[in-house]
Amino acid sequence: MEAAERADVYVAKVPWWRQSRWEATIAFLLFIAPMIIGLGIFTFLPIGWGLLISFSDARNTISIGNWVGFDNYVDILSNAEFRDSLVTFAIFAVFIVPITFFFSLGLALLVNSVGFGRGFFRSVFFIPTAISYVVASIVWKMGIFSGLPYGFANMVLYWFGSDRVIAWIGETDPPYYWLVLVTCRLWLQVGFYMIIFLAGLQEIDRSLYEAAAVDGAQSGWTTFWTITFPLLRNTSIAVLLLNFIAAFQAFDEFINILGGVGSSGNISLARPPLVYLYQIAMGQQDYGRGSAGAFILTAIIIFVTIVQGRIFGFGQRS
Amino acid sequence: MSMRTTRDDQWGELQTPTVGRSQALRWILLGLRYALLLALTMVFLFPFYLIIRNSLMTQPEITSFEWIWWPEEMQWSNFTDLFENSEIDMATGLRNSAIIAVVNLIFQTLFASMAGYALARIPFRGKGIFFAIILLTLMVPAAVTFVPTYVVVAELGGVNTLWGIVVPGLFSAFATFLFRQFYLDFPSEIEEAARLDGNSYFGVYWRMILPNSLGIMAALGVLSFIGSWNAFLWPVIIGQSRDSQTVQVVLSSFLTAQTINLPALFAGAAVGAAPLVIVFLIMQRYIVQGVRMSGIKG
Repeated sequence: MEAAERADVYVAKVPWWRQSRWEATIAFLLFIAPMIIGLGIFTFLPIGWGLLISFSDARNTISIGNWVGFDNYVDILSNAEFRDSLVTFAIFAVFIVPITFFFSLGLALLVNSVGFGRGFFRSVFFIPTAISYVVASIVWKMGIFSGLPYGFANMVLYWFGSDRVIAWIGETDPPYYWLVLVTCRLWLQVGFYMIIFLAGLQEIDRSLYEAAAVDGAQSGWTTFWTITFPLLRNTSIAVLLLNFIAAFQAFDEFINILGGVGSSGNISLARPPLVYLYQIAMGQQDYGRGSAGAFILTAIIIFVTIVQGRIFGFGQRS
Repeated sequence: MSMRTTRDDQWGELQTPTVGRSQALRWILLGLRYALLLALTMVFLFPFYLIIRNSLMTQPEITSFEWIWWPEEMQWSNFTDLFENSEIDMATGLRNSAIIAVVNLIFQTLFASMAGYALARIPFRGKGIFFAIILLTLMVPAAVTFVPTYVVVAELGGVNTLWGIVVPGLFSAFATFLFRQFYLDFPSEIEEAARLDGNSYFGVYWRMILPNSLGIMAALGVLSFIGSWNAFLWPVIIGQSRDSQTVQVVLSSFLTAQTINLPALFAGAAVGAAPLVIVFLIMQRYIVQGVRMSGIKG
C-alpha cells in the first residue's frame, strides 16, 4: 500500500512545485528572500528616502516634500565645520594608517620569528580586538591620560622627575589629544591587522627563502625586501584600505574621549566627519542636511575605493 | 662580518649553516627578541591591569598622588554596587547587549548562509542580478549612512526598541559573499546524492550544507557577536531610553555624568568587557579564521 503510493508520487503525480525547474526557482527565491528584503528595507530604502530628504527642508521632521533643491548640499559643503571635519580625518589618517601598518607588520614578523611561546604572544597582541572603543576610551581618558596628577601618564612623568601635570585631553598646544586618540585606536586594532599579516606570511612559500640562501642572498633585511615584502603586496593593500576606511568612520573614541554624548566637552578640538553628522542629525535634528552629508561622505568613500582600485589594479585580491 | 648576516633567520625561521662567531650573536639576538616581546606584552596587557586595579580600589586610592599598584583590600562591593544602585542600569544594559549579540550571531549568519547557498548552488536564471544587487551594497559603508537609516527606522517605529538596534544589522552582504565562495567549493557529489534521495533544496541545506559549514559559521558568527556587543554609534542613536540602552551606551553615559565615580566606572568597564574576553579566549581559533577572511575585503 505504502510502496504503491510512493511509486505513484514518483512516477505519475510529481506536483508542479517538485518539478525541478519550478522547485529550483521557488527554492532560490525563498533562500535569498530574507537577505534581499532586509537589504531592501534597511539599505536601499534608506538610500532612496535619504536622497529625497536630502533635497528637503527636514528640520525636526523626517518627512519629505518641503523641497529646497541642492540647498542642503551647498550648506554642508560651504560649512567650515564640515571642511574641518575632513581635515580632522586627514590628520588622523596620516598618523593612524602608517603607524598601524608598521606596528602590525612588525608584530607579525616578530611573533613569526620565535618558536617558543608564539601562540601566547599572538594572543596577547590580538586580545584587545575583543574590547570595545567605549571601554578603551574609559581606560585612556580616566586611567592612563587623566589630566590630574594621579593619571598614569602624569605619574610616569613624575617618576622621571617632571613636576608638570599635563592636561592630555584639554591641552591644544601641543595637541596632546592626538597622542591619546592614536594610541587608543592603535592598541585596539593593531592585533587585528597583525593577524592578517600573519596569514599573508604563512602563504609565502618557504622554499623561496631556501633558494635565496642557496643563491647566497644575504638574509634578514635583504630577504625581507626581496621576498617577504613584495609577496605581502596584496595583504599590505588590504590592510591599508581597511584601516583607511575604518579611520574615515571614526566616531566612538572621539566622542567618548573628547566629548560625550550629552555634553560637547572638547569635541570641537577634533571632530571627525561622523561626529559632525551625528551632531547635525541627532543634535540639531536636521535630517535633511544630515542625509546630504551622508551622501557626500559615501561619495568620498566610493571615490577613494575606485581610485585605489585604479592605482593597485583590479582583480588583485589575494 | 657585518651585523647583517647574523640576522638571517629573523623573518622566516630559516635554518642556514652558521659559523662559530655568529652562533653566539644569534643567541643574543634571540634573547633581545624575547625581551622585546615581553616588554610589548606588558604594554598590551597594561590596560587590562588598570581596569582590574581600579575596579577593586576605593576612589581615594585611585586618586592618590602616590601610585598604588594593588589595593590594600579588594573592594568587591564596587561590583555589587553596579547592580544595586538604581541610578546605574548595568543589568538592563547587559541583558540588552546579550539579546542583541545573540540575535545578531544567529540571524546574520543564517541569512548570509542561505543567500550564499542560493547564489552558489541553486540554478536560477536571474541569479546574476541578485548577486550584483547584494555586491552593490558593499560599496556603501553602513556607518556612513546612519542618518538615512535612522529616518527609515524611526518611520517604522524602531526608535528606543531593541529590534530597531539589531534588525538593520542582520543583513551582511560581505558575509553572503564569503558564504557563496565557500559553497562554490563545496563538493557537489554529496549534495547530488542527497537530492537523488528525494530531499528538497531545504532538506539538502538543513541536513548537508548547514552541518558541514559550522566552521565558517563559527568564524563569521563570533565576529558578528563581538561587533554587535561592542557597537556604539548605532545603539546610541536608536537606544537612548533606559530600557533599550546597551552596555556600551550605559558605560558611555558614566563618562558624561556630573561627578564621575571612578571605581564604578572601571568596575562597569570590567563587567562590560569580561564576557567578550571569555568568548575571545574560547573562540580564538575561529576569530583568527574570521579575521583572515575579512582580510580579503580589500
